[in-house]
Amino acid sequence: MTRLEQALKGSALPAGDAGAEVATGRLLARAEAEGLLDVAFTTIESPFGELLAAATPRGLVRLAYDMTPKETIIEELAATVSPRVLEAPGRLEPLKRQLDEYFDGRRRAFELKLDWRLTRGFTQRILRETAKLGFGQVSTYGEMAKAAGSPRAVRAAGNALGSNPIPIVVPCHRIVRSGGQLGGYAGLLDSDIKRRLLELEGALGPSGQAKLF
Amino acid sequence: MEGMRLPPFQALLDEHRDVVYRFLVASLGRHDAEDCFQETFISAMRAYPKLKDDSNLRGWLLTIAHRKAIDAHRARARRAVPVEEVPERAGEDDVSLNGEPELWRAVRDLPPKQRAAVLHRYLNDLAYVDIGTVMGCSEEAARRSVHEGLKKLRLVWAG
Repeated sequence: MTRLEQALKGSALPAGDAGAEVATGRLLARAEAEGLLDVAFTTIESPFGELLAAATPRGLVRLAYDMTPKETIIEELAATVSPRVLEAPGRLEPLKRQLDEYFDGRRRAFELKLDWRLTRGFTQRILRETAKLGFGQVSTYGEMAKAAGSPRAVRAAGNALGSNPIPIVVPCHRIVRSGGQLGGYAGLLDSDIKRRLLELEGALGPSGQAKLF
Repeated sequence: MEGMRLPPFQALLDEHRDVVYRFLVASLGRHDAEDCFQETFISAMRAYPKLKDDSNLRGWLLTIAHRKAIDAHRARARRAVPVEEVPERAGEDDVSLNGEPELWRAVRDLPPKQRAAVLHRYLNDLAYVDIGTVMGCSEEAARRSVHEGLKKLRLVWAG
């Protein structure tokens, strides 16, 4: 290889060159303005580790704990919603602020648009009923099954809640077993997160069971 | 197309952003490169959901970038109405890539095909057959353009 060829090959942008990064920032703004940003995602710090949040133009579509690798969730979104997925925190700014306030005990309800497209049928009916429960208001799997129109589908209600794509904001942690035992959460049989969320909402009795009405 | 799972666009951006940006800076200078970078990725995002073959995403992005760079050169040529004897390239950012500002200026002064071919070969490290695909010409024509380009560069670059 000649010196000329080497000089052409060896060229790189100066170290620490921020040109591509600046250009990417402007790209995100333009993609959003032109309606090309089908899924915007970002990560949000929380007392339960880093959350991954994703929103479509319709609203919040996914909120995930770090038990699942970030890449897996982003790939799932690409496959199920649209491959036009980009890290763009802007769209999730209201969620981030409201979550901070909620974890701080300064917010009792989320004011956010939701995109329900990752759920269907019975699961969606259960989750929509769940979304109506207020701060600290605990209900049971049986009650939710009844509210969704299938009073005998108690176990199915539990499964539906376990697959909630938007935990915390759709408060599946407020659904417990009929005796007040906490039951599963986020696909786990026993979850400290559920306990702590109920505690934050003042819905945990001295015995560690949820306060049912 | 059922069964086709495209990677999240973010993955393309992470992986190929720097290559595309560097190619555009070398090809156009920093100022036009930024606009062109956006044009490239906006076009790519528009087309992405319908993409049939994701086996060479880097080549696909460079093909788009290549076309956008040609458009930008044409637009620039239209803008450049000769105005008396303005000192050449006054104000143009020329130290855009490390090390060899004169070399990169010479590259930018090459005829479009040769410039593109040289950049794809050395900066983007593409094989001749891929240069042909990106530029829409034969492998042989790509090889010739690189060769011609190098010949011209040797005349002006003392190295």
